[in-house]
Amino acid sequence: MIHLKDVNKVFGEGSSSIVAVDGVSFTIAEGEIFGVIGYSGAGKSTLIRLLNGLEMPTSGTITIGGLEISSTRGKKLREARQKVSMIFQHFNLLWSRTVKDNIAFPLEIANISKVERERKVAELIELVGLKGRENAYPSELSGGQKQRVGIARALANDPEVLLCDEATSALDPETTDSILNLLTDINERLGLTIVLITHEMQVIRKICHRVAVMEEGKVVEMGNVLEVFQSPQEPITKRFLSQVTEPAEAKQAMEHIKKEFPSGTLIKLVFVGERTGQPVITSMIRQFTIDVNIVQGNIAQTHDGAYGTLILQLVGEESIIQEAIHYLNEQDVRTEVIGND
Amino acid sequence: MIENLFPNVDWAKMWEATVETLYMTAMSTVFTFVIGLALGVLLFLSGPGQLWSNKLISTIAGAFVNIFRSIPFIILIILLIPFTKLLLGTIRGPEAALPALIIGAAPFYGRMVLIALQEIDRGVIEAAKSMGAKTSTIIFKVLLPESMPALLSGITVTAIALVGYTAMAGVIGAGGLGTLAFLDGFQRSREDVTLMATILILIVVFIIQFIGDFAVRKLDKR
Repeated sequence: MIHLKDVNKVFGEGSSSIVAVDGVSFTIAEGEIFGVIGYSGAGKSTLIRLLNGLEMPTSGTITIGGLEISSTRGKKLREARQKVSMIFQHFNLLWSRTVKDNIAFPLEIANISKVERERKVAELIELVGLKGRENAYPSELSGGQKQRVGIARALANDPEVLLCDEATSALDPETTDSILNLLTDINERLGLTIVLITHEMQVIRKICHRVAVMEEGKVVEMGNVLEVFQSPQEPITKRFLSQVTEPAEAKQAMEHIKKEFPSGTLIKLVFVGERTGQPVITSMIRQFTIDVNIVQGNIAQTHDGAYGTLILQLVGEESIIQEAIHYLNEQDVRTEVIGND
Repeated sequence: MIENLFPNVDWAKMWEATVETLYMTAMSTVFTFVIGLALGVLLFLSGPGQLWSNKLISTIAGAFVNIFRSIPFIILIILLIPFTKLLLGTIRGPEAALPALIIGAAPFYGRMVLIALQEIDRGVIEAAKSMGAKTSTIIFKVLLPESMPALLSGITVTAIALVGYTAMAGVIGAGGLGTLAFLDGFQRSREDVTLMATILILIVVFIIQFIGDFAVRKLDKR
């Protein structure tokens, strides 16, 4: 569906130039939810704007559904944009128009007749769950409702691709969840390809099929979300992962338990997929004469399955602890010793 | 009672002068609105990083606006006498005041339009572009509606300034309340005529302000 080949984007010229996107190539399949994660300034905003021609690449090619966006201009590009729509962090609604008229705006641009516009708008309002708010102005809506209008507006011309520019970053966690559910729903029901950029690993975890990690304009790591969660390669990826798996309390809990039990070994277990459902710990305790303290535990659902971490303190004879760890490894549970005495 | 307070006021003449003032103000406001809007939009779109980003056009339009905005109105009227004569064949009467009024006020308003447009969230323009909107659609369906309250309060201020300008235009025999106050009131030492003309000008100004404020309040849904 979407192909990027050796895409570069440089802003400015000479010594003051900034390379925003640096040699990026990837392919996104139809119907996929593809996430790009990076800190601000990593080039992800520029990258997503290259996909609908709001920015043009300095070199390289971008193809969406057979059309080479990177060499399309004028009327053709404007028509292509109706099929590659976008939602924004700050919603970017027209304050002077009601909910209904905001959603009708892209239809006006596409020269759809008034009767047809009204029918389509009613359908979209239903889809995003804004019934009864048709005649409200954006200033009368909550953040989540505004983003729903943004989504309805983006879907108006039956696009094939939806670009989400930090679409949930201005929303509280609960509203973020409801918007992410809506996006998943749309993806499944309409078969829409979704490309989203974010700095929140939670967003990637909850809805993405594949993820690309960006740093300084380059894609440094890419793969299925579960795979990347299991075995992150790059330090930056590990940092993003700790957003999901290591809340700040874990560190405190560890410090605390280290003081409580100066002896023993702290280990971190990583369970992936089916392993999360098995009583591995119970059988370990039964087999080995050691004491186990649970410091912190966490299971996160990704699109492809569960991903869990558990931090344990093992107290007992050193040789038995080693045997226990060996046993866990045999059970296909990845272990990592993170603190010793 | 009123006759006693204003013994020298010729009410028919006063009414005629009021109508002339209203005529000059209304006509010049309409033209100023249209020309100022065009100037402001041109200034905005030709600015750096905008849709028609063009340094030459931006510089020329900017210089035009700055020069005509800076010339004191009374001098502008005198400078424009040959132009007015060429355009209308006369330099007397309310019509003859219009070119100077419009040329004096349109750049002033154009500047306000530019400021109003710069206040619009860039993200909204980007959103319209991402939907495949043409520049003309962006102008008429995004830029103008989204800045309408500021455009209206700007034209209100400009219209009030224009009431003042019409009084000054009395110098070239434009007529209206300004001329009446100056010729019949001040020069003949009839203070009551000057006072009455002043009261009427104030009423006109208050009405314009009221209408402007009302319209802004009605339209602003932010």
